[in-house]
Amino acid sequence: MISDNAYRDPQVARRYLDKLASLTAGLTTPITLMEVCGTHTMAIYQHGIRSLLPPAIRLVSGPGCPVCVTPLSYIDRAIALVRRPDTLIATFGDMVRVPGSSSSLIHEQATGGQVRIVYSTLDALVLARKNPDKKVIFLGVGFETTAPTIAGALIAARREGLNNFFVLCAHKTMPVPMAALTADPQLNIDGYLCPAHVSAIIGANAYRFLAEDRGIPCVVTGFEPLDILQGIDMAIAQILSGQARVDIQYCRFVKPEGNLKAQHLLKEVFEPCDAEWRGLGNIPASGLRLAPAFEAFDAEKALPVAVEPLREHTGCRCGEILKGQIAPRQCPLFRTVCTPENPVGACMVSSEGTCAAEYKYGD
Amino acid sequence: MPTDIILLGHGSGGKLSHQLLDDLIIPTLSGVALKDQNDAAILTAPSHHGRLAFTTDSYVVDPIFFPGGNIGDLAINGTVNDLAMSGARPFAISVGLILEEGLPFAELRRILESMRVAASQAGVSIVTGDTKVVPKGKADKIFINTAGIGILDHSFILTGSGAKPGDKILINGTIGDHGMAILAKREGLDLDSDICSDCAPLNGLVEDILAAGGDAVHVLRDPTRGGVATTLKEIARQSGTDLLLNETELPVKREVNGVCSILGLDPLYVANEGKLLCIVSAEKSGDVLAAMHSHPYGREAAVIGEVTGIGSARLSLRTAIGGLRSIEMLSGEQLPRIC
Repeated sequence: MISDNAYRDPQVARRYLDKLASLTAGLTTPITLMEVCGTHTMAIYQHGIRSLLPPAIRLVSGPGCPVCVTPLSYIDRAIALVRRPDTLIATFGDMVRVPGSSSSLIHEQATGGQVRIVYSTLDALVLARKNPDKKVIFLGVGFETTAPTIAGALIAARREGLNNFFVLCAHKTMPVPMAALTADPQLNIDGYLCPAHVSAIIGANAYRFLAEDRGIPCVVTGFEPLDILQGIDMAIAQILSGQARVDIQYCRFVKPEGNLKAQHLLKEVFEPCDAEWRGLGNIPASGLRLAPAFEAFDAEKALPVAVEPLREHTGCRCGEILKGQIAPRQCPLFRTVCTPENPVGACMVSSEGTCAAEYKYGD
Repeated sequence: MPTDIILLGHGSGGKLSHQLLDDLIIPTLSGVALKDQNDAAILTAPSHHGRLAFTTDSYVVDPIFFPGGNIGDLAINGTVNDLAMSGARPFAISVGLILEEGLPFAELRRILESMRVAASQAGVSIVTGDTKVVPKGKADKIFINTAGIGILDHSFILTGSGAKPGDKILINGTIGDHGMAILAKREGLDLDSDICSDCAPLNGLVEDILAAGGDAVHVLRDPTRGGVATTLKEIARQSGTDLLLNETELPVKREVNGVCSILGLDPLYVANEGKLLCIVSAEKSGDVLAAMHSHPYGREAAVIGEVTGIGSARLSLRTAIGGLRSIEMLSGEQLPRIC
């Protein structure tokens, strides 16, 4: 049974909700918390948490869906690569449906392009071994949770001398864009629910500069409904008492220092770089590229292709949605032109996208 | 020269075709298939009643063998269940086989044996069939089409538009088993799980439900592709009613839930092949639930929700922690998560 789970106990949930209601009862302006991670966005919708919270607590969704923040130019490059007769694209599922300037990988697949959906980076390595006549390109998209698995795959590929395995790298890293959002006066973020899985890798200390230098309370929060309610409670407690520090609600997985082994892997294979975020623009030192020792695996360098000129979709407001500036319903395309069957922007495609969540679970 | 794989000649209509039919297909289906090899089956029309149900479905499942079944019993049970959901007693079934050149006889035999067992369990006769062979690479091992005729022995009207405010929504057991059994077996997903497909004929269960509930049973539907969520949304639209499900009452096996959460899937959208949704008046829901519980395919039956009123075809879920959210139809395919 779904309910057979200590983290979904309705009585405990009720206690948190009553407490939050009484804590925020006298507030005239609502408190705005941003959940940064796409999995949080999905969980908040899935468990109907917004329908339970007092009106003085406002949750906004942030740029934590890796598919959503991947820029259009990356999708266009992947499409150009799959059009080469000698390539095979291996990717996590959501990427295939993201529209590029004029096509998508799923469309390319239907017209003969070689695209395989994989569930782990190691499956992409298997594809490379099984298809020696193809250049197998893995779409390296995601945050610090995904990047170590790609680092592991690249180390394995180098060890066995696999020369037909490549990564098209667009990895992003987490704390830096949160600082950019904090600085945006339009957003008025009072506190962050920090990502769970990412924090298990980078550690809660990574957010300390946000609390200590910018005065923004941070709570590293898990994905179960009671995790989220407790995380909100911990953030509200900091805000109401005028404090700003990094609390760890998700202490069963996240340590202050994080996972040192995974961090070491990341340092060996990647190096920091400036990165283009859909909606947020170019943010210095917010991405990862392959370190010089692994450059031979870089699809962008090793497999030159002509990429079509960029054509943004008119009317799509994914950018503002990714910053939490507007809610999906405020986008004129939502549910009219842009649907999961015919998505215009990435936020409607990804299973962790805010628009997809609103479409699937919203009122 | 004797062969142990399907050759193009087995679909030629000539000598090899006859050998395949006489040596493998007819003997393996013995007991449930008619032996006459004429162009059409001649059936005796049931004279006592004027209503027949007729349905068809094609089966292209991959992999063809999966934990809990294979494409053969799936092809029989799927069509049997489509008939049963209209309240019909399955009576006669046709089987069209499209075989890929190179399919091992041993695999075809296993599939046909499963079809025999399934047809026999459902009490349905295979009255006509056809076999075609396509060149290697032009089909994936085997595709099966079945069509079925059923008899309606009663005057109840079972339709998605029949849901009424106050009705209860029942299901005969755990959801998502079939889809997750298939997915866990797919290439590329190296999952070691005990999840088995729930593939089963439901006509016996339907007879018991109708005996217990009579005309208080308003809707019967099997939530196959698109899962429980999509099927209930269809019913809400057809009947113009609002439906509410209780998350805590949804029967989901622990391992199905586990694999779903690894892959970022929602069991409400995962396919079933041995489940039915029954919408029945509140007064009779206890009797129908008891009837389901005493049938082998309804031991874990549960009341999972209710029809809350006439409305705008909303399907909502009361979550375990007491929240409320809406449920939409499945869009495209369910895709795995990325982080």
